[in-house]
Amino acid sequence: MSEAVKPLQPSEATPEKPVSRRVFLLKLGILLNAIAAALFAVPVIGYLASPMRKFAWMSWISLGPLENFPESQTRLATYRNPYTKPWDGMTANIPCWVRREHGDNFRVFAINCTHLGCPVRWFPESELFMCPCHGGVFYSDGERASGPPPRALYQYSHKVENGQLWIKAGQLPTLGEPLA
Amino acid sequence: MSLRQIARDVGAWLDHRLGLSGPIIEAAEHPVPRSSASWWYVFGSAAFAVMVLQFITGLCLATVYAPSADRAWQSLLYLNYDQPLGWFIRAMHGWGSNFMIGLVCIHMAQVFLFGAYKYPRELTWVAGVVLLLATLGMAFTGQVLRFDQDAYWGLGIGAAIAGRTPFIGGRVVKMILGGPIIAGETLSRFFTLHVFVIPGLLIAFVGLHLFLVLRLGINEWPMPGRLVKRDTYLAQYHELVSKDGEPFFPFAAQKDLVFIGLIIAALVVTAAVMGPIGPNGEPDPAIIETVPRPDFFFLWLFSVFALLPPWTETFLMLTGPVAAIGLLFLVPFISGTGEKSYRRRPVSVMILVLSFMTIGILIYLGTYSPWSPHMEAWSSVPTPVDYVSGRTPLELQGAVLIQAKQCRNCHALGGQGGMRGPALDRTATRLTPDQIVRQIVQGGGNMPAYGRNLTPAEVNAIVAFLATMHPAHQPPARLAARPQRPEQTDASP
Repeated sequence: MSEAVKPLQPSEATPEKPVSRRVFLLKLGILLNAIAAALFAVPVIGYLASPMRKFAWMSWISLGPLENFPESQTRLATYRNPYTKPWDGMTANIPCWVRREHGDNFRVFAINCTHLGCPVRWFPESELFMCPCHGGVFYSDGERASGPPPRALYQYSHKVENGQLWIKAGQLPTLGEPLA
Repeated sequence: MSLRQIARDVGAWLDHRLGLSGPIIEAAEHPVPRSSASWWYVFGSAAFAVMVLQFITGLCLATVYAPSADRAWQSLLYLNYDQPLGWFIRAMHGWGSNFMIGLVCIHMAQVFLFGAYKYPRELTWVAGVVLLLATLGMAFTGQVLRFDQDAYWGLGIGAAIAGRTPFIGGRVVKMILGGPIIAGETLSRFFTLHVFVIPGLLIAFVGLHLFLVLRLGINEWPMPGRLVKRDTYLAQYHELVSKDGEPFFPFAAQKDLVFIGLIIAALVVTAAVMGPIGPNGEPDPAIIETVPRPDFFFLWLFSVFALLPPWTETFLMLTGPVAAIGLLFLVPFISGTGEKSYRRRPVSVMILVLSFMTIGILIYLGTYSPWSPHMEAWSSVPTPVDYVSGRTPLELQGAVLIQAKQCRNCHALGGQGGMRGPALDRTATRLTPDQIVRQIVQGGGNMPAYGRNLTPAEVNAIVAFLATMHPAHQPPARLAARPQRPEQTDASP
């Protein structure tokens, strides 16, 4: 191999002439590809955005027998999220705070602070929920006591049936979609 | 034939087909201004080198990591403790991320100070901002893949911010999480972003960034008084590199090479000494005894969210990032010509210093989060001995209640405890006993009202204790309207 060999070059293009059939084919090609792209894009976007669709995420789930919840006390309860997949593992075990005022009078609070979703902790001595992230504090009835939270703690809808406490659960509560 | 001859023949054969040697040599030897072969110009190439390392260690991790919500945490522990050298690869990847963010920020600051974003290099800056965002995106998604408690609650914070979007908040949250809760599909979504989408973006925009640097030439050292004008700059630059230019390789590249070598060595040593980052506790939402904190590069945002006035929060959370990123993109279009030297751009220097100082201070505040209750203070920090010696039983009862009712979670004594509320060491110098009662029972400012949670006897005891909280040389507060009562002065130790 000597250096005299010239690099391979594509042959010179023939001078272009306006050919109506060529223009037509080009336009047809663009049109067909636009249609094909739309046919392809719609299902792809539908697939990726499927979590946004309206779907009955929420359903009733039991937190266990009423005896687990003594009167005038706030207890941590954990439920398996009703909508779950086998590979969700422990992430589908969702905690919540259950306050039994008296009899069948309950309040069930989401664990998530209404400010930015961190887990609030109950202190029975001072009867306050405190958030470890930005200092949100809530009273025992869930009302905001201090700090940046914009509203009271999120509450689950609940009912008492067959001696068990049931809540309607299934999605992470946020300001956009509080539970009840 | 010698080995060298064979290599030369193979090279010639390849070049005959590819024809790339000419352009490559041309690119490597493109003339750069002599002044730009400076130690100030090494940070971009170092960030690129660390990115390549990140790709390699990331590939290694992907061969073991299980991107599945039920197994990810365990596979991280496996990497740390069982997989041979897994700890080192994880350490390189985690610290590499920190190095990369640091280098990208320094590079951007240098480009800003030297006016390198000005005409005709506006698009190079725009591509650079995309690269900064992609780097931060890699850092955040990477923190999610380190699927531990911080990752789980970090996602919760992200969802809570997204949930504040008007009208479609709930849907946006589900789109981000891939479902109604933080679970398997959430991790898969962030895995896809971290491993496919953002790296693709990085490669594309690094390509564009480098292409533009080659096409437009490296910025010359800014001289005060040498103004950038649209009609004359290109000719001036051409003259500069033809009269006083040097080939990039090896003239400028040698400094890049030395610095890259030092950075990689520093990264290897850091990784080996500091070890892998996390994971901390397993991502079980039912374990609520946790104090979630983001990694340092988002700690400043975490601080901002605590310190913003609550009524501005939703608006600023949603518009602030858009405005800030938009402003970054607009920098070269706001001041695309004129003075390049930082010596003649005091406002730019001030903006840069203020930005770095603000972010630095917010990160520092985030490391100890004075706005958060100290969740274990009530049961774990001691009461200073001086505050309890020689006290009456009632005052001692008050000292006990200050612990038992979690007052210490927000109020410090002797420098220990929460910092949410004022320290209690000198309370009696600021408030009279009546005012203390009112503050405890009704709350106010940032303090919850304790009227429902304390009996009158308990309030009495706490007030008796707090009335002793003043230094010996400073009398307790009293109402100026009332004559001084003897029992108020007698309360001093």
